[in-house]
Amino acid sequence: MTFNALTGVLVVPAAAAALLAALPNYRATARLNVAATTLTLICALSLFFGRPQPSSYLLVDDLNGTFIVLTTFVGFTTSVFSLGYIGHELESGRLTPPFVRFYHAMYQVLMFAMNLALVANNIGLMWVAIELATLTTVLMVGIYRTPEALEAAWKYFILGSVGIALALFGTILIYMAARPVVGEGLDAMVWTVLITRAGDFDPALLDLAFVFLLLGYGTKVGLAPLHAWLPDAHAEGPTPISAVLSGLLLNVALYALLRFKMLLAVNTAALAPGPLLVTLGLISLVFAAFMLYRRRDIKRLFAYSSIEHMGIIAFAFGMGGPLANFAGLLHMTLHSLTKSAIFFAVGHVAQVKGTQRIADMGGLTETNPVLGWSLVLGVVAIAGLPPLGIFMSEFLVVSSTFARAPLLAIILVFGLLVGLAGLFLRLNSIAFGEPRGTNAKARASYVPMFAHLALVLAAGIYLPPPLVAWFQNVARLLG
Amino acid sequence: MSRIDFDIAHLLAGSLVLISFLELYQDRLYALLNVYALHALALAASVAWQAFVQDAPHLYVTATIALAFKAIVIPVALHRIIVRLGIHREIEDVVGVGPAMLAGIGLVALSMVVMLRVTHGADPLAREDLAFALSVVLLGLLMMVTRRNAVGQVVGFMSLENGLVLAATGAKGMPLVVEISVAFSVLIAFIVIGIFLFRIRERFDTVDVQVLDRFRGERG
Repeated sequence: MTFNALTGVLVVPAAAAALLAALPNYRATARLNVAATTLTLICALSLFFGRPQPSSYLLVDDLNGTFIVLTTFVGFTTSVFSLGYIGHELESGRLTPPFVRFYHAMYQVLMFAMNLALVANNIGLMWVAIELATLTTVLMVGIYRTPEALEAAWKYFILGSVGIALALFGTILIYMAARPVVGEGLDAMVWTVLITRAGDFDPALLDLAFVFLLLGYGTKVGLAPLHAWLPDAHAEGPTPISAVLSGLLLNVALYALLRFKMLLAVNTAALAPGPLLVTLGLISLVFAAFMLYRRRDIKRLFAYSSIEHMGIIAFAFGMGGPLANFAGLLHMTLHSLTKSAIFFAVGHVAQVKGTQRIADMGGLTETNPVLGWSLVLGVVAIAGLPPLGIFMSEFLVVSSTFARAPLLAIILVFGLLVGLAGLFLRLNSIAFGEPRGTNAKARASYVPMFAHLALVLAAGIYLPPPLVAWFQNVARLLG
Repeated sequence: MSRIDFDIAHLLAGSLVLISFLELYQDRLYALLNVYALHALALAASVAWQAFVQDAPHLYVTATIALAFKAIVIPVALHRIIVRLGIHREIEDVVGVGPAMLAGIGLVALSMVVMLRVTHGADPLAREDLAFALSVVLLGLLMMVTRRNAVGQVVGFMSLENGLVLAATGAKGMPLVVEISVAFSVLIAFIVIGIFLFRIRERFDTVDVQVLDRFRGERG
């Protein structure tokens, strides 16, 4: 195989993982981690200028091109953030050097697994990649070795494995459906072949397969009622991993679902996957919005907010059509950027205050103005207030729904408002009022956070026409 | 395919379901591990028979993995772990045998109804294999739900994976990629679990998952 951008996206993280596992020096490896993610990002961007022909295993099209660029970008900024964050954890003794080494190697394995899941043209390979991503994140969630972290990792592992197992059963059923039409062997698992022939598949088998895939990958997306692992995993792992989990891994699982949704859309006799996604999306949104009120842990608060937003995104893709898909894509991109920025801020807040308990922190805008106001800005963005980008994407979701199903739109707006109020209630006690809690000096790396928030703000004010055209194109692909 | 080939395949896949039922009500860990070894043995035989019937030599690899790894290495290793943890004499209060069995029967009936109705187009062997496989998967899930002990849950998960392998081998001509990956994932999963079990022991002096539940991030 000749070297091209596609192999670069996979080979760079894989090689970096091996290298990082071998090198002992902390400072050098942390920088190497950043260098590797930079290189991966460059490879991903160069995919715009020429992409290889799809093979039986790998594929790059407009849809996953968007996901790859988003993944590698957030992967890059998170590695910059983790440079300072992990340094602090090392100094405070929460992590020892061997664990830091392990952490960096696993970070690259995770990047590799997510990129592989995105570029896989083979549904079996995609499954393997998502399984790998799950296992690496399990190991990272448990890295602090505290009882809470171990419980979170164990719960995530068991629920994630069951989800993954159900997804494999769904994948096998897709193969069973394809075999009579496509023939035995590799071709019956290649997505580009499946999508052209899916019209002739047995619809009943496809339906059943999709139900398993929805339950399986839906667990990984964190859709309620399959979300139980998500808040624990976010709260107990290192913050860079919370950022990557929320911002990226949930998207990757959703991407897998979207691929299968496209497959079902081709077959007119099969069930329409849209309403299933809409229902799960709405349940997640409303459920998570109410759960925001009783959170006492700052990372759990934003974990529930992630469930809420994955619900909105699933809802938008479930509605389908060019406008709703466009809104879904935009919302997904902006949510990834905003939520990872919030987790960057939260990571520093937790380090400054020495705790994650909301009751023990207060008056952040007074004690640490930069950090405090960035967090406020981030929450304003995630709550969907103008002029930030998420306002626009949520507005698009709501307005496109009003035109087609007003009743659903009312539930949607209700969920959004409940969520907004919940977030501000909690934000109020964290950011304003009497300063509470300890007050260590923040030695923060603000650049990644500012970069993300600036992008979200810019998207709210002006979306460049080429980007709009690109998203419209992808939205059409999604059907 | 001749009648006898079909019957033997049927017998082997059916026995896998039966052994899943046996696993459901074992309240001693040793006995549970022994039954799991039997489960893996039945899987190995079933996969080997599929390899023979389908004339697909690569499936013998999967059968060998099932035999060597799942039927021998894992049960032996888990035996040692539970001895070292000192829990081999513990009796686990499984949810009543009666209700568990009834739920299991319900799940098998469900998977028969669902699979046989959906797959009427497929060839009969693949179709019934798939129905059996789904039963094994669901019974594995049921076992994970009814167990409180971490080792019990792991065994439940592994028998669930056995069901997946049965489904994958029953689907004729399915690329090897998947089979190896399934086997491999069990390996990785097992390593992970092994680490966890030891760590859990260090921290809590028990592998009873119920005790873990007190560590929720939302106290006070």
